Amino acid sequence: MPEKFDVIVVGAGPAGTSCALVCAQKGLNVLLIERGEYPGSKNVMGGVLYRKQMEELIPEFWKEAPLERPVIEQRFWMMDKESVVQFGYKGLEWGVEPYNNFTVLRAQFDQWFAKKAVEAGALLINETVVTECIVENGKVIGVRTDRPNGEVYADVVVLADGVNSLLSKQLGFHKEFRPDEVALTVMEVINLPKEKINDRFNLEDNQGCTIEIFGDSTKGNLGTAFLYTNKDSLNIGVGTTLSSMIKSKMKPYDLLDYLKTHPMVKPMLAGGESAEYLAHLIPEGGYRSVPKVAGNGVVVVGDAAQLVNAIHREGSNMAMHSGLLAAETVIEAKHRGDFSESSLNLYRQKLYDSFIIKDLEKYKDATHTFENNPQYFKEYVPMMNKAMSKFFTVDGTPKRDKQKEIMKSVTAERGTFKVIQDIYRAWKAVK
Amino acid sequence: MHIVVCVKQVPDTKIIKINPKTNTLDRRSAPAILNPYDAHAVQEAVSIREKTGGTISVLSMGPPQATAVIKKSIEIGADRGYLITDRAFAGADTLATSYALFKALEKINKEIPVDLIICGKHAIDGDTGQVGPGIARRLDIPPVTNVIEVTEVNLEEKTVLIKRKLSSGYELIQAEMPCLLTVEKEINQIEYSPMPNMIKAARYEPVIWAVSDLENVDRVQLGLKGSPTIVGKMFTPPRPEGGKKIEGSPDEQVNQLMDILLEQKDVLTLQSSKQ
Amino acid sequence: MNFDDYRGVWVFIEQNGGKIEGVSLELLGAGRKLADKLQVPLAGFLLGSGIKPLANQVIAYGADEVYLVDHPVLKDYRTESYMKGVMQLVPKYKPEIILYGATPNGKDLASAVATDLVTGLTADTTMLDVDVDNRLLEASRPAFGGNIMATILCKKHRPQMATVRPKVMKALSPDTGRTGKIIEESITLREEDMRTKVLQIVNDVTKKANLADAHVIVCGGKGMGDVQNFQILYELADTIGATVGGTRDVVEAGWLPHELQIGQTGETVTPKIYFAIALSGAIQHVVGMKNSDLIIAINKDPNAPIFDVATYGIVGDALEIVPKLIQQFKQLRTEKGGEISYARKI
Ligand SMILES: Cc1cc2nc3c(=O)[nH]c(=O)nc-3n(C[C@H](O)[C@H](O)[C@H](O)COP(=O)(O)OP(=O)(O)OC[C@H]3O[C@@H](n4cnc5c(N)ncnc54)[C@H](O)[C@@H]3O)c2cc1C
Ligand SMILES: Cc1cc2nc3c(=O)[nH]c(=O)nc-3n(C[C@H](O)[C@H](O)[C@H](O)COP(=O)(O)OP(=O)(O)OC[C@H]3O[C@@H](n4cnc5c(N)ncnc54)[C@H](O)[C@@H]3O)c2cc1C
Ligand SMILES: Nc1ncnc2c1ncn2[C@@H]1O[C@H](COP(=O)(O)O)[C@@H](O)[C@H]1O
Repeated sequence: MPEKFDVIVVGAGPAGTSCALVCAQKGLNVLLIERGEYPGSKNVMGGVLYRKQMEELIPEFWKEAPLERPVIEQRFWMMDKESVVQFGYKGLEWGVEPYNNFTVLRAQFDQWFAKKAVEAGALLINETVVTECIVENGKVIGVRTDRPNGEVYADVVVLADGVNSLLSKQLGFHKEFRPDEVALTVMEVINLPKEKINDRFNLEDNQGCTIEIFGDSTKGNLGTAFLYTNKDSLNIGVGTTLSSMIKSKMKPYDLLDYLKTHPMVKPMLAGGESAEYLAHLIPEGGYRSVPKVAGNGVVVVGDAAQLVNAIHREGSNMAMHSGLLAAETVIEAKHRGDFSESSLNLYRQKLYDSFIIKDLEKYKDATHTFENNPQYFKEYVPMMNKAMSKFFTVDGTPKRDKQKEIMKSVTAERGTFKVIQDIYRAWKAVK
Repeated sequence: MHIVVCVKQVPDTKIIKINPKTNTLDRRSAPAILNPYDAHAVQEAVSIREKTGGTISVLSMGPPQATAVIKKSIEIGADRGYLITDRAFAGADTLATSYALFKALEKINKEIPVDLIICGKHAIDGDTGQVGPGIARRLDIPPVTNVIEVTEVNLEEKTVLIKRKLSSGYELIQAEMPCLLTVEKEINQIEYSPMPNMIKAARYEPVIWAVSDLENVDRVQLGLKGSPTIVGKMFTPPRPEGGKKIEGSPDEQVNQLMDILLEQKDVLTLQSSKQ
Repeated sequence: MNFDDYRGVWVFIEQNGGKIEGVSLELLGAGRKLADKLQVPLAGFLLGSGIKPLANQVIAYGADEVYLVDHPVLKDYRTESYMKGVMQLVPKYKPEIILYGATPNGKDLASAVATDLVTGLTADTTMLDVDVDNRLLEASRPAFGGNIMATILCKKHRPQMATVRPKVMKALSPDTGRTGKIIEESITLREEDMRTKVLQIVNDVTKKANLADAHVIVCGGKGMGDVQNFQILYELADTIGATVGGTRDVVEAGWLPHELQIGQTGETVTPKIYFAIALSGAIQHVVGMKNSDLIIAINKDPNAPIFDVATYGIVGDALEIVPKLIQQFKQLRTEKGGEISYARKI
């Protein structure tokens, strides 16, 4: 007779592991199933891990977790062909406890995090693909895996299988993505000696820097690029929505190559050696794309539920928090002995009461605004660069005249009305 | 029938990346795995057990993390596992390794008498293949190395029939049990472990022994102290001058290469079909 | 243990069915150099049944002495009987160095003997030397991971033993005029005491022998990209009558069976022409092919280590060069109306 667990969690990413950890801590019998060789083996992320949500799960995790560097500086680049306008913030308070956020390498972090769930009592099984949920009388009662005698049963199945969530698609919770709902991101880990990183980014050993790049990084496609510092490697990546990629007939690899050889970026990478190349989808549909998240005997967490804030590149934190909320719901359902959809819908409510859905709602129009108005990336960034160049070039022109000239050229290019309209639209999208 | 399989945890040399400048391992890229030959050894034990019944134990010497390879062996189908782990074992070469495993096997043999020991042909981190025969000598049982097939296990006669790979073919050997086999990869295909094995493995906690748990151990024979071989020096082999680079466009390169190849008259003969 | 009692370099002469294995003759060549440096005799030791006629060959290939253990029970190689023979010889004559071929039997025997002699054994050596002052055997082998060699020493035990890869050492040309001492050692062995029996020996000369005997080898690496692209190497091989081999990465990827792997853990080959295509030239690969007569490397990366061992190197895309090469040969064939064939060895 196959075993029955209290909870089966599918996928040992941040969402699934958080849920498994909390359930196990509360004494539930948890089975965590991961298809990779080990948790994190195939997982991809730019690499910023937020302290807050992680701390809720494991207090003072930074004393133990395999983190790369605490981020003490966040830079933003508006990049043109041969120039960049930059701003950012560097604060030493971020370099000491309790820190703000960290760069991580997922292959190591996920593995460690899953070990914590195992220590709490969850059973972890790797190299096993869940092929479908076992549904009986409209209720999910377990999962079928690709292994011989592969059925396992549980009161609740938690789908934490990431952005493509075939499993929730099978259950009819969401449809195939539209190309404008997902971004395809490619990234590379580039090994570079610690000393070089410290010199180039003006850092000390235990300090990290993140750079978000807009403009020429995506050749005018909707999307952004990033460059993050690890201990002795860099994460560089670029992503744009599938739809703009299709529109511009661009291959993701071309974009990354373009970025890596961009004159503003190249010197940062010089002498580095490519260690890994990864590609992954990010759900960017935001608020409007959040699918059904609870059913009879089943809940959906993390990327599988499209919980990503594309504008602030927050995903892992939402994944973790949703995992926590799902765990709380399952524990309460266990007390009630009721795993029906109405009982598990408590999770949906918790989600909507939390920062997750609130943030997603706030930015619900952002992606579409930027997607439909390419001028933000295609025109304003170069304009900004030209303006800066003009302003700072010392050629005897009085500064006041320079300002006038700059404003004139901006409105000349897009028209006064258009500029005002653009500013308003962008403000509305992110307000 | 009690089969003991010796399994070792090794870095995955497939994934290991080497920094060509410093000639050092990029350890971040090298996860530890069950030595692939040992996985085949466990699988072979499982196939034998299907016919004879009995119990499969696995034994490993290594750091505490080596529990992972015991769990992996349980996934493949082993029943139980022992890990011997102790600082005193560290730095062992093949002689000291076979001594430590021998001491553990003596103790296991007292718990359940051992009929057959299976090792991998070699461990991929050193490619020596010396530990298996070493264990057999210490236990004074016959070793049969490079096994490609276990043809028959006769429980009444206490014999096994084995095909052993040779440089140019194979030989058919009959050996009395208990004996020790070391297996080649081609001996079997590792089966995809069924789900109940996976769950059992996830729960399994092996028996862990330190030196003090073993009996009559001569500590001088353990670890670094007990290892006659030492690494003298590491060096990059003298790089040969390297040959001539054939320059030019791809077409020019191919033309020049053709000239060079056609010069090799003793190797290449252009036979006319109009004989 | 008094080290001064141990003198002389010994080579295990492996014979199968009355024929000496090539590697044993190579080791006599390598052993000769060591013995000369140490100013000690070089001996071959030989076990088997009816093997006396082989002694002269051992001397012709460079040995000063031959130790023979001839007994019907030793007819076929078995660990237990052979090691009894060795355990009778070694403690009595006390050589300081013993070399074995790294063949299945050589490795098996050496591993067992090392345990009983309680001494060090270095596996799969590819370079041998001695530190004459300290009378230390310096047995070097590719170290795990990296293009680096490690020299393994055995300072506190005698004899010092190593197994040596076939085909990396050079045999001397046989000199039938050489003379040497033949020492016969008698031994008591009883078949009833043996716990293993060799029931049958099957010689199977399939693909494997093919690689070892090939005159021309086309070896491909992971740089071919995928199994599809790899097929053009078969086309090249077919066109010029060569045999295909691969690197370990290729074998691991499942593009080729294990028998066709060339290198430290695969076959060692010494063809007349070796094409190294889209492979980097890692030391574990190079030890298995560097003694080929003519090595032609094709690689995109001008810094690939394979260019250091290649006779001729082409920096270029294999997917572009190889088809052109095939085409040239095919054209040549039609022009000359003939067949291009590379004469095979044997
Ligand atoms: C390039 C890139 C950069 C990013 N940068 C950041 C960043 O800097 N900060 C941030 O917070 N977020 C970032 N994100 C988003 C973040 O990575 C995700 O939001 C987060 O990983 C979601 O976690 P998850 O657990 O839901 O899914 P995942 O991490 O995708 O985990 C899903 C797991 O399920 C397993 N799985 C899938 N299907 C099955 C199955 N059928 N059976 C068994 N197992 C299965 C997978 O192997 C995987 O381990 C980035 C994403 C990308 C692609
Ligand atoms: C204990 C141990 C034992 C080993 N034993 C062996 C062994 O017996 N045999 C063996 O081979 N290896 C062995 N290895 C593995 C060895 O270290 C290397 O990893 C392996 O040889 C690399 O294989 P490769 O050259 O095919 O692949 P890579 O190292 O990945 O090289 C691919 C090469 O192809 C080139 N390339 C890519 N695309 C093209 C193109 N289109 N045209 C031309 N060139 C291109 C690249 O520049 C690169 O140089 C062993 C390793 C260990 C640790
Ligand atoms: N530390 C170890 N623990 C258990 N078994 C080992 C260990 N080292 C070697 N072995 C066994 O001996 C075989 C040959 O190893 P080696 O001689 O190191 O190539 C392996 O395939 C294992 O079966």
